[in-house]
Parts: sequence; structure tokens; C-alpha cells
Amino acid sequence: MAHTDYIKLEFPSRSVNESFARATVACFAARLDPTLEELSDIKTAVSEAVTNCIVHAYPGVIGTIWIRAKIVDETTIEIMVKDNGVGIPDIKRAREPMYTTGGDDRSGMGFTIMESFMDKVRVRSAEGKGTTVFMSRKIIRKTSEI
Amino acid sequence: MKVYSQENNGVLRLSFVGELDHHDAKSSMKTIESLIDEYLPHDCIMDLSGLNFMDSSGIAVILRVNKRMNDMCGKAWVENPAGQPLRVLDASGIDRVIKVFTKAR
Ligand SMILES: Nc1ncnc2c1ncn2[C@@H]1O[C@H](COP(=O)(O)OP(=O)(O)OP(=O)(O)O)[C@@H](O)[C@H]1O
Ligand SMILES: [Mg+2]
Repeated sequence: MAHTDYIKLEFPSRSVNESFARATVACFAARLDPTLEELSDIKTAVSEAVTNCIVHAYPGVIGTIWIRAKIVDETTIEIMVKDNGVGIPDIKRAREPMYTTGGDDRSGMGFTIMESFMDKVRVRSAEGKGTTVFMSRKIIRKTSEI
Repeated sequence: MKVYSQENNGVLRLSFVGELDHHDAKSSMKTIESLIDEYLPHDCIMDLSGLNFMDSSGIAVILRVNKRMNDMCGKAWVENPAGQPLRVLDASGIDRVIKVFTKAR
């Protein structure tokens, strides 16, 4: 039976960590032998989820962000990005394109981008407790290698 | 991200080079705003050919530059996005708000 590979990251919600977080997950995903395009899709989704923790979950304060990335069935990467910040009162509304509570600095496209770059995006949140975003992406093996 | 600028006859060309995320967006926006204030261009081109990563924070930067230019009766557009930044622009549907010129795909 195939064992499950995973990594866990924990870091403070400082924006300087955004590039580190997405690069680390992409580096882990590289073992699935993705195309450059697949790799940058994963990077993009992680960047969105992590930025949301920094901007929305912990506004004006530094909190902790947790990431777990897991390879399942040797073909799929599952990524969890978690905070214990303010939470989302209405998830359905938050996921609508252009919906933002962030004003001029934000475009309200983060969830839309996560959804179009990953196969699945699931959000769990409780007000005052925090938010967890689950995402997965199947990496299609290149035919030449089969 | 680095922003390189070139001004010619009221046309300001901004070349974005590197990665544009939330961490970079604020200082990049400041740089761009002071360039616009300095040159008061009627056209502002954002050249993304040197950009190799961008997320929704970059979308917000582009939209703000566009608004800024429109507020002073000028025009802004995007040129030459490729790869990941192009896919982010496509996913966001930004071309409904600002013109995006790509090299033949
Ligand atoms: N981790 C989080 N904690 C609390 N609120 C969140 C979190 N993630 C998202 N939200 C809420 O959901 C809204 C939509 O998020 P989304 O990422 O789609 O857009 P945005 O972050 O506002 O803008 P953009 O991602 O384009 O910069 C946010 O404005 C915020 O209100
Ligand atoms: Mg966001």
C-alpha cells in the first residue's frame, strides 16, 4: 500500500512569509512531476489563501498560519491553510467574485482564483474562531511517461 | 517586484519585473503613484512581460492604476502578460474593465 507523504508548516502572519509559503508547497508538489503550469497554479492558490489569513483573519495583528500539504493516491495534492483569526460570517457571500471587505487594496478575486486554479476548494469557518481552506489538485501524468 | 519606468510625450510605460504579491503591492503602488504624479501622463501602459508571478493583489494594483488614470481623464492598459500572470488575469475577468493586449497566443 502506498504511504501518504505530507508536510506541515507553521509561521507568523507576516507578509514577508507569503513567497516562502507558496514556494515551499510548490517544492513539495514537485515530486508529483507536474508541469510548470500546474506548479504555478498551486503556487497561486496557496498565495491567495495565505494572503487572506494575513489580511483578513489577523487584521492589524500577527497570528499563526498553519499549512498542511499531503499527497494522496500518488497523483493528487491536498492543501490545507488554517488560521484562528476572526472567521467568515457568510462563506457563500465571501466566495462570490468581487466580494471583498478589504476596500481599495483588494479586488475580491482571491476565492475565484483559488477555484479556477484548483480542482476543489472547501471552506470551513467559525466567527471568532478561525478559517480553514481545503484545496486539492490532481496532477495528470504526462503520457510520455506511462 | 521592481517597477521600471519610461516616459515619452505623455505616455508612461511601467515595466513590472519579478513577483507581485500582497507583500510587494503596497510599496509598488506607492512607487507607481509617485511616477504618475510626477509625469501626469495621459496614457499609462503596464508592461507585464517581465512579471513571472502575480496574485489577486496584482489585480488590485492594476485596477487602482486604471482608476487613477481615469480620474485624471487619462487611459491605462496592460501589455504582454504571459504564463501565470496571464492565467490570473483571465480568471479574474479583468479585461471587462481594462484593455489587455497579449502577443499572439
Ligand atoms: N482567512 C480569512 N479570515 C477571515 N475572512 C476571510 C478569510 N479569507 C477570506 N475572508 C473574507 O472573504 C472575502 C473574500 O476573499 P477573497 O480572497 O475572495 O477576496 P479579497 O481577499 O477580499 O480580495 P483579493 O483576494 O482579491 O485581494 C474577504 O474580503 C474577507 O472578508
Ligand atoms: Mg484574498
